[in-house]
Amino acid sequence: MRQSCVLAAIFMTVAAGVAAQEKPIPLKDAPGRAMTENLCSGCHSLDYIRINAPFMNRQIWTAEVNKMIQAFGAPIQMNDANAIVDYLTVNYGPPQ
Amino acid sequence: MDRRQVLQGLGGAMALTVPPLGRGARAAEAPLVAGLPSGTYEIATLEPLQGKRPLIKLTTRPPNYETQASYFTSAITPNEAFFVRYHLSTIPRVDAANWKLDIGGEGAATPYMLSFNELQTNFEQVEIAAVCQCSGNRRGLSDPHVPGVQWGPGAMGNAVWRGPRLKDVLARAGLKRDVVEIVVDGADGAPLTATPDFVKSIPLSKALDENTIIAHRMNGEALPHYNGFPARLIVPGWTATYWMKHLTSIRAATKPYDGFWMRGAYRIPNNMFPVVQRFLSQETEVNTPITEMVVNSLIAAPAEGQRFQRGQVIDVQGVAWDGGYGIARVDVSADGGATWRPATLGPDGGRFAFRTWSHRFAGDSRGNRRIMAKATNRIGQSQVDTLIFNPAGYHNNVSRPTTIVIA
Repeated sequence: MRQSCVLAAIFMTVAAGVAAQEKPIPLKDAPGRAMTENLCSGCHSLDYIRINAPFMNRQIWTAEVNKMIQAFGAPIQMNDANAIVDYLTVNYGPPQ
Repeated sequence: MDRRQVLQGLGGAMALTVPPLGRGARAAEAPLVAGLPSGTYEIATLEPLQGKRPLIKLTTRPPNYETQASYFTSAITPNEAFFVRYHLSTIPRVDAANWKLDIGGEGAATPYMLSFNELQTNFEQVEIAAVCQCSGNRRGLSDPHVPGVQWGPGAMGNAVWRGPRLKDVLARAGLKRDVVEIVVDGADGAPLTATPDFVKSIPLSKALDENTIIAHRMNGEALPHYNGFPARLIVPGWTATYWMKHLTSIRAATKPYDGFWMRGAYRIPNNMFPVVQRFLSQETEVNTPITEMVVNSLIAAPAEGQRFQRGQVIDVQGVAWDGGYGIARVDVSADGGATWRPATLGPDGGRFAFRTWSHRFAGDSRGNRRIMAKATNRIGQSQVDTLIFNPAGYHNNVSRPTTIVIA
């Protein structure tokens, strides 16, 4: 958990640095937004999320987040991953 | 991975990875085709990446920008309008004066290095026109949609590429008898060291094909930064995933390369598509690497929704291409596929190039008209009428209508 916070802080710094040069891509303001922005934007811009909406359901978002962790090495802890999947499913998944 | 690695990786990312916009850059509404995910319409814009005319921006970092369909009335796609596709966001600006290409691997008896000057002077230089098409071109039109960059039809282009043959460059490295694949790497990388570097392999037979070259010129100019300066691999007939940009190393491998980008990506289910050239050393029980492009065409004009007067002559134009067998014919329908007429083919730029085609008809009755094109290649393969669904959204060569209005 402590390591997760450190990594999140690093990502936040990078995200801020990158965001200063890159046109901001707003995500919906809802619980989990900050974590999603911080942990995803270290490696890629957030338009990746928005172009892939809203056809990805919970199962597909889960597979995608797992791929980022397992295949691409994103330093995201299990609890954080769950929160990100919740945020993406609710805000960028199929309408309920 | 430890913190130090993360910091190092991210430091590099911050310095290198944000694609600067060209001069006078302003976001504009992108000319997107119908059928993409609704989120794509909300976020895609028309933007000039540095050194480029406005392209359809799908993602910023890494940069994924597609060419507007209107460019495909010509066989040659201008360098400034050529699509841009990256997997990983650390993209260094390569200095050609200091660039070295490392040729070696366990299957090479005499490994060596090449400078940019040596690449251009130590080998016979050849030119070939060839279509560079992203494997995922038209992924955004998959039904159902599948995750990934939601490309429309413009993740492709055709250029005249110039440079030495790969087989000549490999010959100087003294290939051993047991080489099975040639592994290529480029200068781009990921912010995190834990992320698999983008590395690809091709079968030895394709590497030794006389059409496979290392290009340092594109349409008579240096390669644009975003298309792989100073040199990229050209694998005519095969999708762009093998056309490694910013080449840094070429390695002769005596066993199949097992990196993520070969084993875990760019695969199609076995026996799903009519593929002649397979990549047998990478094939599994269930799937196989994507290889040659399927026969396809694009209507570049008229534009979707374009309006005409009744009686006006409508000039339909576009391109057709395939995996290197050559285009035999293109048929055009002006009535949504009910009847077809042969289009007039443009000059033959070689079997790997775009073939332009055109067809004129009189818009003699009012209403909406659905124009379609269907290409057939010289080995008898034609575009399909219904999508062959696959999980990565590859090989979409459905004849897609352009609807015009005659008023």
